[in-house]
Formats: sequence, structure tokens, C-alpha cells
Amino acid sequence: MTALAPIAMQSLLATPALAAALLAALPGYRAAARLNVAASLLSLLAALLLLGARPAPSPLFLVDDLNIVFLVLNSFVGLTTSVFSASYIGHELETGHLTRTHLRFYHAIYQVMMFGMNLALIANSIGLMWVGVELATLSTVVMVGIYRTHAAIEAAWKYFILGSVGIALALFGTILVYLAARPVLGAGVPAMEWTLLVRRSGALEPALLNVAFVFLLLGYGTKVGLVPLHAWLPDAHAEGPTPISAVLSGLLLNVALYALLRFKILLAGNQGTVDPGVLMAALGLLSVLFAALMLYRRRDIKRLFAYSSIEHMGIIVFAFGMGGPLANFAGLLQMTLHSLTKSAIFFSVGHTAQVKGTQRIAEIGGLTASHPLLGWSLVAGVAAIAGLPPFGIFMSEFLIVSTSFARGPFLAAALALGLLVAFGALLTRLASVAFGEPRGPVGPVKASYLPSFAHLGLVLGAGIYLPPPLVAWFQHVAALLG
Amino acid sequence: MTLPPLDTAHMLAGGLVLVSFMMLYQDRLSALINLLALHALVLSLAVAWQAWIQDAPELIITAVTALGFKAIAIPLALQRMIKRLGIHREIEPVVGISATMLAGIGLVALALVVMLRTTASAAPLAREDIALALSVILLGMLIMVTRRNAVSQVAGFMSLENGLVLAATGAQGMPLVVEISVAFSILIAFIVIGIFLFRIRERFDTVEVQALDQFRGDRR
Repeated sequence: MTALAPIAMQSLLATPALAAALLAALPGYRAAARLNVAASLLSLLAALLLLGARPAPSPLFLVDDLNIVFLVLNSFVGLTTSVFSASYIGHELETGHLTRTHLRFYHAIYQVMMFGMNLALIANSIGLMWVGVELATLSTVVMVGIYRTHAAIEAAWKYFILGSVGIALALFGTILVYLAARPVLGAGVPAMEWTLLVRRSGALEPALLNVAFVFLLLGYGTKVGLVPLHAWLPDAHAEGPTPISAVLSGLLLNVALYALLRFKILLAGNQGTVDPGVLMAALGLLSVLFAALMLYRRRDIKRLFAYSSIEHMGIIVFAFGMGGPLANFAGLLQMTLHSLTKSAIFFSVGHTAQVKGTQRIAEIGGLTASHPLLGWSLVAGVAAIAGLPPFGIFMSEFLIVSTSFARGPFLAAALALGLLVAFGALLTRLASVAFGEPRGPVGPVKASYLPSFAHLGLVLGAGIYLPPPLVAWFQHVAALLG
Repeated sequence: MTLPPLDTAHMLAGGLVLVSFMMLYQDRLSALINLLALHALVLSLAVAWQAWIQDAPELIITAVTALGFKAIAIPLALQRMIKRLGIHREIEPVVGISATMLAGIGLVALALVVMLRTTASAAPLAREDIALALSVILLGMLIMVTRRNAVSQVAGFMSLENGLVLAATGAQGMPLVVEISVAFSILIAFIVIGIFLFRIRERFDTVEVQALDQFRGDRR
């Protein structure tokens, strides 16, 4: 088992890289879709193997208790999305939205994106982590523009401009961390090694770390979708192919958040720095309140759920910002469940938009009557994301609000207000889409329900019973986060 | 800071800030692109100088990429593109020139104050370099937000990226610098020119980003 660990870690990078090269060369789209699923499955197996046995950290790569959570979640959602994507793209090809050449490109980029995210997650060097996040971001930029419509190009351009500003700020922050570490750890690779940085973080120059964190928060925060920097997110979600919306919400935002958490831990080890949690909690709360209000004005169904992602990332960043074992635990749980639920919602929304031929909420109606399976899986997803019991998100949100009441009653009240406002918006929209007279085309839908049912089943299961090993694991990670 | 090598490094980094300012008030596209070439030229000199004083020969690769790619190839391609599209006409800045210049001065002052205060313990050469590099980065962002034209936004992004390369080379011995700078150049070549501009042109026969702004999913 232990002997397999280094191989498993390497295959997390090698599988998507090889698959991307193969997919770029493979002409048939059915075979490509299958290969895409197979490669994602291999990545998941590798991640699961690492759960049991971990290789020793090297200067460049590291698998520890924190990133294994992200790795497993990432490769699981990557796999289910590739299954969904296989049934989604067939329809896009039939309707002529995408050509065969586009699809070849699409599959190759999908694996490039998975490669970027895996690289960011297992990097021990903060420079390499930056490279991974940026590779993943830029590959999604290309994917968002793939339909080449007026709107898709505008969305991709906006994403590119804001994303590149984020890239620049995050790299500058990384350079500043290196500058702070160089006098302590010596020039070169060691001064970028996260494990060494954390061990010696008390000796680093606090003022420089403070400034570095501000840049990193703004840079990676752009990708998390925190509010003053969120403008790219709704457009990118609405105009790209739906599997990409699912991956953006479910995975990419988490990866950027992971990068932020690494630096938060770094700052926490230094006595002289400001508390990074305060900044994070403030930005998180702002995101929740802003996104909750914006939910009411949405007319496009994918845009609606994009704003809901901003809201949830806000909740998660707020929880990690508050810190402490309980809030961190709730934040981790919320993050996991949000990824699963939001991608399940996008799976349903993708098929809905295909069968109705539109993303406008006003033109979709009575989905539970015309397409019961599709409609009810959307209802279940929205109920879960809005925080209704028995779904797991109810529990994690309840934990976050109740733990913060003890420490900041006003903050907790504001957060609860944001949650309620968002709850109202989501349920009003859901009622018009899912119930009532069917509106729009009612033709049959060729959908794969397995990914969405698997996700929702897990979210429901988490709400009813959390297995003790999982709780112990998350509690351990929460303690690491400080 | 009395040592001669430091003075030259500062002069080159300061020159980069100066060219950024010139880009800020330039209101013609072709002149802006010429300045972009000059910006990259100054950068390649600054990086070459760093390679010399740090005794880091691998930085020469970065300097040569900056020279060949960003000072010659990309500006030539951009000039050809604007000629073919017939958009030599004036850029339409969102804010007035004087306000933009004032904002630029403010940003440079901010960069210097913040960086010089916080890097007190760092090596003297790295200190000033990083402060000037931050100025270039902030000015690049200012160029990007004050222009609505896709070509000038790309120019702003490239000058911003030059600032990053300056910062990375100034932080002596930083790993991955060469790789990152080469990757950035490839990124600019492929994404910006290859995909976006051609798509934008093919769809609308214009590269005015403002023309794109008329569309919003929610206002359909």
C-alpha cells in the first residue's frame, strides 16, 4: 500500500496530462467522451489510494490531511461531471452548437483543467501552486468562450481580464512571501516550500507577510468569487457549456480557496501579523449579503445559480475567517456539500436548458409535470442548496450561524439575514420553474441521472447520518486550519 | 545604495515606470504599441542587468524572450492587426488624461510607501526593485481600466506582466522565474492574439470592447 503512494501521486498528474494529449488527437467524440470518463475515474482511484497511504513530502509535492479532502472531492466531482458531459455534448453536437473539432478541443481542455487543479492541490512549492491555479483558470477561460456567440465572447473576455488581474496580484503576493522567507530559509527552492515556511513562519518578517496576504487575498479571492471581484463569475457560468459551469462552481472556486487557506495557516504561525481571519470574514459576509440580494433580479437560470455560488463561497470564507475548530469543521462540511449540490443542480439545469432551448426562467415552467425525473432532481437540489432539512447543508449552515453567534452576534445576525434572503429568492424561482403549467417545449430528454442522483444522495445522507470516521477526519483537518 | 550595480538596476526599473506613465497618457493606438515595445526593451535590459549582477545566467533566457517576443514580435503583430482593421483612430479613454495621470502618480506613491516600509529587512537592491515593480503593475492595471479598447487592454496587461517579471527577477534566486516568464509570453501569444482578437473581429468587425458591453444575459 505504502509503496503505491508515490505512484498514486504521480498518476494524479500523469493521467490528466496523458489523457489531454490523447484526447487532442482522438477524432471520434463518443470514444473521446469515454476516454474522458476513464481518465477521471483513474484520477479518483489515485486520490482514494492516497487516502490510505501518503508519500513523504518532497520540495515540490505534498499530500497531507488538508489537501487530501480537496483531492478526493475534486476527482469525484470531476468524474461525475465527465459522465454528465458525455450525455450533454451529444445534444450540443446534434443541435449544431458545437462541431466535432470543438469537441476534440473541449475534451482535451477538460483534462488540462483537471491537471491544473491537481497540480495546485498537491504542490508543496507556493510557486507551483500558483502555476496550477492559473493553468486551471486559463483553460476555463477558453472553455467559456467555446460557443463563440456574442455573449460567450464577452463573458470570456471579462473573465480573462479580471482573471489576469487576479493572476498578477497572486503572483506578486507569492513573490513577497518568497522575499520574506529568503533571509530565513536561504535563496532558491526551499524559500518557496510550504512545509518549511510553516515550520519557520514565526521568524518571517510580519509586515511583509501582511502585505503579501492582502495581495494573495485579492488575487486568489478573484477566483473564489468574493464580492468586489466577482464580476466575471455569473457571465462565465451562464455563457459556457454547462459541464464547465458545474466544474467552475464545484471545483475551481474550491481550489482557489484552498490556496488562500494555505496562506492563512502560514500567517497564523506568526505572532506579529494581523489576523487574516478578520479580512476573510468581512469579505465573506459582504459576498453573502450582496449575492443574496442579487438573486432576486436574475432572469437567467444559470446566472441565478452562479450568484448562489457566490453566496455559498461567501458563507464558507466567512466560516474559515471566524476560525476555531467548530467553524472550520462547518466550513469544510459546507464546502464539500456545496460542491456536490451545486454541480448536481447544474447537471439538471443543463438538461433543462437543452430540452427547453432557453436559459430564461420566464420561458421554463412546470418541469415536474413535463419531465418528472429532471424536475424533481432540480427541486431536490435547490431545496438542498437553500438549506432545507434533511439535506446536509442545513446542518452545516446551522453550525456556522450558531458558532458565530457566541463570538460575534451582529455578524451572525447579518449572516442569518443573508441566508434567509437567499432562501426566499431561490424558492420563488424554483416554484416558477418546477411547478405550475408546463411552459416551453415538452419533448423527451436524453439525460444521465446517475451523477445528479449520486451527488444528491450523498448530500441527503450527510444530513441524516455523518459516519464517525468522516467526522473525525474533518475535525482533524479543522484543527490544522487553526 | 552607493554601489554602482544598484544604481543601474534602479535606473532601469525607474525607466520602466516612466514608460508606463507615457503609455498612460498615449491616446493613439500605434503610438501606444511603440511604447509597449520600448517597455519590453527596457525590461529586457533590466533583466539582463540582474542576470549579470546576480550571476544568474538562466535569467538571460528571460531577457532574450522579453526582447525578441515582447519587444519585437508582438508589437509588430499588433501594428499589423490595427492597420488591417483600420483603427489608428484615437483611443477613447474612460477618464480624462489629467485625472488618469494624477491617479497614476497616486498609485506610484502608494506603491513606494507600502513597499519601502514593509521590506525594511530585505536586501537593499530587492527593496527598491520590488517597490518600482509594484508601481509598474499598478500602472498597468490603470491602463487596463481606463481604456475600453481590446488592443489597449492587452497592452496594459503586457506592461503589468512586465512589472511582474521585474519583481520576480529582483527577488534574487526565486525559482520558476524563467518558466513563468516564458509561460506568460506563450499565454499572451495564444490566448490574446490567437483567440480573442480574431473572434472579436470575426463577429463584430471591431475591437471596441464597448461594443461588447451592449449585451447582458439579464437584459435580454
